[in-house]
Amino acid sequence: MSKNNTVFIGENKNFWDRNRRSGGYLLKKRIGQIAVSVIRALLLFGLCFMIIQPLLTRFSMSLMKEQDLYDSTIILLPRNVTLDNYRIVAELTDLKNIGGGWTFNALLNTLWVSALISMLTIISTTLVSYGFARYEFPLKKFWFACVVAVIIIPPQTIQSALYMNFANFDVLKIFTLFGANAEGLSFGQRVLSLFDGTGTGLIQLITGNTLNLRANISAYAMMSLTCMGLKNGLYIYMMRQYFQGIPTSLEEAAYVDGCGTLHTFVRIMLPDALPTIASCFLFSFVWQWTDIFYTRLFLPITSISTYSNQMASMVTKMSRYFSADSSVAVVVPNARQQQLISIAVLICAIPLVILYIFTQRTFVESLAMSGSKE
Amino acid sequence: MNGGRKIVTMQKRRARTGYLFILPFIIGFILFMARPMIQSLIMSLSDVKIVPGQGYQMTWIGLDNFHTALSVDPYFNRYITDEIGRMVINTIATLVLSFVIAVILNQDFKGRTLARAIFFLPVILSSGVLPGIERQNEFYDMMAGVAESVEGAAGVNISASLQNLLSVSGVGSGVFDVVFQMIDAIYDIVMASGIQIIIFLTGLQAISPSLYEAADVEGCTAWESFWKITFPMVSPLLLVNSIYTIVDFFMKNDNRVMERITEVMYKDFRFGVSSAMSWIYFGVALVFILLSSFIISRAVKSAQ
Repeated sequence: MSKNNTVFIGENKNFWDRNRRSGGYLLKKRIGQIAVSVIRALLLFGLCFMIIQPLLTRFSMSLMKEQDLYDSTIILLPRNVTLDNYRIVAELTDLKNIGGGWTFNALLNTLWVSALISMLTIISTTLVSYGFARYEFPLKKFWFACVVAVIIIPPQTIQSALYMNFANFDVLKIFTLFGANAEGLSFGQRVLSLFDGTGTGLIQLITGNTLNLRANISAYAMMSLTCMGLKNGLYIYMMRQYFQGIPTSLEEAAYVDGCGTLHTFVRIMLPDALPTIASCFLFSFVWQWTDIFYTRLFLPITSISTYSNQMASMVTKMSRYFSADSSVAVVVPNARQQQLISIAVLICAIPLVILYIFTQRTFVESLAMSGSKE
Repeated sequence: MNGGRKIVTMQKRRARTGYLFILPFIIGFILFMARPMIQSLIMSLSDVKIVPGQGYQMTWIGLDNFHTALSVDPYFNRYITDEIGRMVINTIATLVLSFVIAVILNQDFKGRTLARAIFFLPVILSSGVLPGIERQNEFYDMMAGVAESVEGAAGVNISASLQNLLSVSGVGSGVFDVVFQMIDAIYDIVMASGIQIIIFLTGLQAISPSLYEAADVEGCTAWESFWKITFPMVSPLLLVNSIYTIVDFFMKNDNRVMERITEVMYKDFRFGVSSAMSWIYFGVALVFILLSSFIISRAVKSAQ
């Protein structure tokens, strides 16, 4: 039986004939395949629809005039189409001067802040992850545990300390121990001042005042340059995985040919790791674009108006905006608020979606390439 | 550099280079992580007052702030228990869902690139300010309520009617409540599983196809090779993903505990209390991370 089968299967018989010869196996297999692909298609379609549908709803809602919002017969398609809402949101979120021209101020700020911060982040995390992947040194396990700790510890735990530190920034806060500004403090308190951040530092000693670094980007730049920015532990982890996957023979060959450490790193390792570095950069950029935690902590809205900050304060601004319009205090109806917020979400997300469409290969495929080789 | 000690010096030199490479991290960790941790611990144990021009002053008050956070503050307590419940359910659901989706996206079918692109959207849409801003709006809840009641009236609220059916027919309600809670929260769960899908995908792509071929030749069904090859090979990533999910959940902006901490800090300027709150919160998070990594690493070992 089986011998006959192998002979005939290669021939160009029709499906049912082959099925009969295989004793029903072929039909079963085919039905199974079709069932799997139908279920898969349904599941994927449902989930994809669920992800996209809110975007579409927001978009159609953004075109509605205010009266359409309260009309219960209108669900998806606007009856009175208007683009005026976009103007209002632009004025609320610092993209356009009220009654004036378009400046795109908030988005441009967000652009350069995100680009700068993710650039710094990637430079430092690449160096660090390479160090972890390739070099053996004492206490390596300990420092890597610290990287894991950075991933796990929510920055919220230290946000008040960071806030205080950067609002009253100083270097070398050790002078209280030696008696500066220490009237009436016991020795124990002076020692404590080394740790709790209340000590007097070099800048206060010279100028009499501490610096407020919260008002410009330098504090955050410092954090990102030392791998303590947004999700930096994760990037170190991902890039370390990648570097570990590159065979060491490349570097050994370079070493034999007289290539120095830095030279090897820049000329051989970096080009090889470029896709992974690029995808980490894009992640960093995207997350920085929408980030509110570090932005609120380091870049208050009064200093650099970034889009995420503008969005967060939009609701409070709204009542003032509309009351200034009609010189009467107005309570903005919830539906209207929601509509305007949706527009802001769209404006915030659309540049990222466009960026993603162009760099999709870098995002997904290169990350898949890096693989985690456990 | 000279003669017999050459190997040692080489090692030492490499160690020094290694330290140079990770130097940024060490500086950052000490200055912007370890020290603020100690500071915030001290802060949570003291009364913090801002002195204009002088920085701030702290007086030691022991555990008072923790007492305030846990039994005086009207919201913190309730929020934290609510969020933990939500976290446990969401983490389990996220892991299962992202694994299933990753397995599907790893298969060959038409439109795979498009599907992958769409499943990446949540990474953008659920980050930073975007999820929180919709939540803080009451209208969102109101609309959700209206939608539910409309669905209920028209008899198309499938999950609710199914739930009724099951509870009427006497199936144990506790477990089903959890399941239906997951189904109702499916949007949140999908939005939270962008990165997890990508991590699982990387793991799946690292599996050599020859393993499946061998299994196929030996007569394994797809179901068997899924449990004997795919699952054991990818299961180490379960740990990474569960930790990531828990951390992500705890740090999200739409988390009400987070909102409360920020509120206490930026609106009331009670830095001590907000530090105590975040330490309590971190402690709880850590317990859950340790617990889940313990359970998962056990399970992974037994799976292999």
